[in-house]
Amino acid sequence: MNEMNEVRKPPVATTGIIGWLRINLFFNWTNSLITLFVIYCLYQFIPWILDWTIFSADFKYNYLGEQITNQEMCSRNLDPENGGACWAVIYVRFYQFIYGFYPKVEVWRVNVAYVMLALALLPLLYAKLPYRKYFLYFTYIFPVIAYFLLNGGLGFTEVSTNKWGGLLVTLVLGCTGIALAFPIGIMLALGRRSKLPVISMMCTLFIEFIRGVPLITLLFFGMVMLPLFLPEGIDMDGLVRVLVAVTLFQSAYMAEVIRGGLQAIPPGQYEAAKSLGMSYWRMNLLIILPQAIRISIPPIVNTSIGLFKDTTLVIIVGILDLLGIGRGTLADTNWLGLSYEIYFFVSLVFFIFTFGMSRYSLYLEKKLKTGINMGAD
Amino acid sequence: MRSNLGFFSDEKFRSIFFQTLVVGLFALGLFFVISTTSYNLEKRNIATGWSFLQNPAGFDISFSPFLEFKSTDTHLKVYFVGVLNTLLVSITGCIAATILGFILGIVRLSSNWLLSRLVYIYVEFSRNVPLLLQIILWYSILIQLPRVKQSLQVLDVFYISNRGLYSPRPIFESGFSYVLIAIVLAFISSFLINRWAKKRQDKTGQQFPVFSSSIGLIFIVPLILFFILGSPLSFEHPELKGFNFKGGLVIRPEFIAMFLALSIYTAAFISEIVRAGIMSVSKGQREASAAIGLKQTWIMRLIIIPQALRVIVPPLTSQYLNLTKNSSLGIAVGYADLVHGFGGISLNQTGQAIECMAIVMATYLSISLTISFFMNIYNRSIQFKEK
Repeated sequence: MNEMNEVRKPPVATTGIIGWLRINLFFNWTNSLITLFVIYCLYQFIPWILDWTIFSADFKYNYLGEQITNQEMCSRNLDPENGGACWAVIYVRFYQFIYGFYPKVEVWRVNVAYVMLALALLPLLYAKLPYRKYFLYFTYIFPVIAYFLLNGGLGFTEVSTNKWGGLLVTLVLGCTGIALAFPIGIMLALGRRSKLPVISMMCTLFIEFIRGVPLITLLFFGMVMLPLFLPEGIDMDGLVRVLVAVTLFQSAYMAEVIRGGLQAIPPGQYEAAKSLGMSYWRMNLLIILPQAIRISIPPIVNTSIGLFKDTTLVIIVGILDLLGIGRGTLADTNWLGLSYEIYFFVSLVFFIFTFGMSRYSLYLEKKLKTGINMGAD
Repeated sequence: MRSNLGFFSDEKFRSIFFQTLVVGLFALGLFFVISTTSYNLEKRNIATGWSFLQNPAGFDISFSPFLEFKSTDTHLKVYFVGVLNTLLVSITGCIAATILGFILGIVRLSSNWLLSRLVYIYVEFSRNVPLLLQIILWYSILIQLPRVKQSLQVLDVFYISNRGLYSPRPIFESGFSYVLIAIVLAFISSFLINRWAKKRQDKTGQQFPVFSSSIGLIFIVPLILFFILGSPLSFEHPELKGFNFKGGLVIRPEFIAMFLALSIYTAAFISEIVRAGIMSVSKGQREASAAIGLKQTWIMRLIIIPQALRVIVPPLTSQYLNLTKNSSLGIAVGYADLVHGFGGISLNQTGQAIECMAIVMATYLSISLTISFFMNIYNRSIQFKEK
């Protein structure tokens, strides 16, 4: 049979949309029943949630066409049968959600800081950025600029930190915590792996202690105990005290992640560096750490996501972050009872940040898997 | 290049030098902190020492299911109530999160695309929204339930209202202890049967219906005994009197919110761990076990799960630790756990921050170490045994 067989198309039932549906949704009886049940549930749920969040919801005006200024004017409080969510509370309080109680005349400074933060993050997130080196210089000096910009000094009027709030505090805590915890975490990780028994023991004790207690106890420590430890006259700002606690907490977790990276470096790298006559610090800074950090970037991003979510805990010690502003708004008689709208909005903001970070970490993981070749050359 | 400082390039000398330096600096810092602290404490008239533990607390705790608590009780009792409440929500949370997480992890791997997508959406939402926000959200849902007078009635005996869940309280009469003893004996004997059956199977290849015989021992034997003894168990039903229920067992909304939020949040992480664990078992294992004719459920129970557990248990341990530490967030909704009761109210009343925080931190450390200890034992028991 040398004759070429006629090329036949595969059966319709295994390719294209129908094939996909058959394999993934209607493979057998139970599978089909599950699919139908899920579709029924979604059919019940999705129209309801869309109606509540969008079609019946008030954004700025209620169904009478009046601009909403308090909860009594929300459609759903005027007519419980028809109204949906009342997003007007977010609209009215948007300024507080984003800036807290930052004075309105000075708010341009926060906006500039937000833009600069995005610029400073750019070279860290995107390795192929043109002129990345110059952007990186900017990243290094950004914390100093941001400090003067937000806090005041150098000709700017001072805005005390108890006026900060909302997303501003969330971002300040998250970014500063991560940025400070990184170098401390590296030192702790190196210390824990050090050959000097005293140093390794002290670092291990510190890391395990911090990891064994909840963050909230550390925040209490920062709020009630830290002032007792410091000499008179040194009055620490509330936000700074919280930052100390958050940084200590994050650096212990960061240290463990980096230690994991250090353990993955083959001993040949150490031996090669030593045989070139490098000192301990030169070896670590030039040979070991660049490789170790590169492989531990995905878990670093993951612990950073954890920290970003954990910054909400500061509301317990009275700092008004995004969630704190949300709760404050709920306590206002004008906006009583709009908890679902407010918590929905705050969740959404957090979700956007954390989901974005987790996607980024997945992207890095994929890139690193194909990119480098550890210790082979 | 050799340094001129000959003795300084000696590794042994340098190591001792640096370590003494670090210890010296640490001691100096410690001395400084202790001296300023004692000065500050004296200046602010804050008492020191542990005698405050014996002082009456002077406040009430709304949720203390294990110990009777009155406002005249001591701070030490506040501590014990707090520890028990922390343990209660942690243990129930861990159990619920494990069950939910395993189910979701397996469902996520289902061949049904829609179902696995649905679980994926749940996991992403649950993982990416702060836990504290979820706790507060659950609490705000629970306290918006109908008032006590209009409470929802489930199965005629449970009442759900904004004050919590009221259920009948079991009252154990004399004779019930025999039933309990029977249950304990049944557990021990089914454990022994399991061991004996395994040995017998190893020797002869014959199987023994361990599962059904254990079920029979644990459920049916105590049940028969229960009826022989004339059902020594009755229920006290909650009754609506005035504005509140009298009698019955009440589960407060604070606890329910904590329990729901902790288990749902942690279950999302556990389901990802379970999924990764099951995926780590190579496809050949499944195919090989199908080839020797094992049933689908047996493949899962005997081949896939035991191998997946080796990958699952270490990260599962850290999830249990996280859940226990996260239970400290109860303070946000007023759940009287260790941090809220002892570390919060007692601390504010006595002002002895250092002592209170030291006790709270030490307690969490010991709970964490205990969990790690038992999970490590379990982990060792399921790892590869080289024969």
